[in-house]
Amino acid sequence: MASLITCPHCGTRPKEEFSIRGAAAPKRPSPTAKDEAWHRYVYVRDNPKGRYEEYWHHEAGCRRFLVVERDNLTHEVFGVTDAAEFKRGGAAE
Amino acid sequence: MRYSAYSIFKEALSGNRMWKPAWREPQPKPHYDVIIVGGGGHGLATAYYLAKEFGITNVAVLEKGYLGSGNVGRNTTIIRSNYLLEGNNPFYEFSLKLWEGLERDFNYNAMVSQRGILNLFHSDGQRDAHARKGNGMRIHGVDAELLDREQVRRKAPYLNFDHARFPIMGALYQKRAGTVRHDAVAWGYGRGADARGVDLIQHCEVTGIRRENGLVVGVETTRGFIGCNKLALAAAGNTTTVGRMADLELPIETHVLQAFVSEGLKPVVDHVITYGAGHFYISQSDKGGLVFGAEIDFYSSYAQRGNLQTVEHTMEEGVSLIPGLSRAKVLRSWGGVMDMSMDGSPIIDRTPIDNLYLNCGWCYGGFKATPASGFCFAHLIAKNETHHVSRFMRLDRFERGYTIDEAGRGPQPNLH
Repeated sequence: MASLITCPHCGTRPKEEFSIRGAAAPKRPSPTAKDEAWHRYVYVRDNPKGRYEEYWHHEAGCRRFLVVERDNLTHEVFGVTDAAEFKRGGAAE
Repeated sequence: MRYSAYSIFKEALSGNRMWKPAWREPQPKPHYDVIIVGGGGHGLATAYYLAKEFGITNVAVLEKGYLGSGNVGRNTTIIRSNYLLEGNNPFYEFSLKLWEGLERDFNYNAMVSQRGILNLFHSDGQRDAHARKGNGMRIHGVDAELLDREQVRRKAPYLNFDHARFPIMGALYQKRAGTVRHDAVAWGYGRGADARGVDLIQHCEVTGIRRENGLVVGVETTRGFIGCNKLALAAAGNTTTVGRMADLELPIETHVLQAFVSEGLKPVVDHVITYGAGHFYISQSDKGGLVFGAEIDFYSSYAQRGNLQTVEHTMEEGVSLIPGLSRAKVLRSWGGVMDMSMDGSPIIDRTPIDNLYLNCGWCYGGFKATPASGFCFAHLIAKNETHHVSRFMRLDRFERGYTIDEAGRGPQPNLH
């Protein structure tokens, strides 16, 4: 994993300042969605090898949740966006 | 060939030139009754028990690297059954009992050493949690003992008992826990399976799963198509990659876990010691190296190498628990990729495809489970029925609300 993460708010910071929440790809279903949709959201993971979007929390900085897009095999970081700006593409059914 | 003291003596007299390879290197046949994907500990144990206990010998184990090149050759070799939950404890105790008779069973020296494990605690709350776990173990008929500070000191006087943040108050002790020579486990199971007719096919990567009418008919591999009646997956950190070939949707995230070994030292650490408050554990190999590690690196990774941040953290925690460790040199560190499940517990189950069987989600605790995992998986494949000690380890437990969350951390795989 890269040693430096460029936070959109704080600039380039050591990765020790961040804690990791997990996959950013699952989309939160609507509260009235069927159990099956909630099961998939909570438990099922694509777990791809390669390009990966992951929630990182800038715990020792701005304390914003960020989405770090990176390669989980080569550890190359492609980009960091604020989670609020991360395009969710709307809630799943 | 059967190994014995006599065979060692006899071979020594003939200059050790008569030893034969421990297994064959067969060409893949066009069709097998059972194909197991993954020639690691669990895959080889499954093949061994399929042949030995269930009489199914027309079996192939397909391994993309060499036998035992994954986590069975990369772990920190600890065996134990100190689990709390009903879904886990009888399974791991079954495994520990198999470990206890393993070397005689497969005629191979796996150096099983029941040196005991100490799970340290540092507060009243932690002591209560350990007492509860110990009581849970004893209800299941498993040995567990709550030691106070002085009893721990007698066993491990080199620990930092007056740690400023985590003073040691005592430990939960399981005497029958210990360590095993990990590579020998893969070799012993592989040799035993091979001797019973199982084909161990190395450097054969599965690239696709061929299905007809909703059933698996075989696998595409780098050495051509191989047909099968039943397909069993035991691919550890690569479970998702292989499972995707059969459109399986799995509650798995892949993470990297690191481990470390020091230079060889004279015997000093007589037990396995876990320091949960500092995320650190240690034992000493029979060769003298201190073998230790901490937690996973927390981010998703398929790379078999870790991050320096975790190295630094591990060393800090180690030295804070055992100040003398600062004088030892670290020889090697390495990483393995773990199939972290959403509740920290494994899956041994059927899948939506009738003749496809799944063994995964071992997180970083798969080594100790090797014998029971192989036995229960073989039972499932052979009889199409779940073995009673693995009956909670179902794929649909998440959906049905029956997770086995030993740590109580919820669906957060990097925290299990």
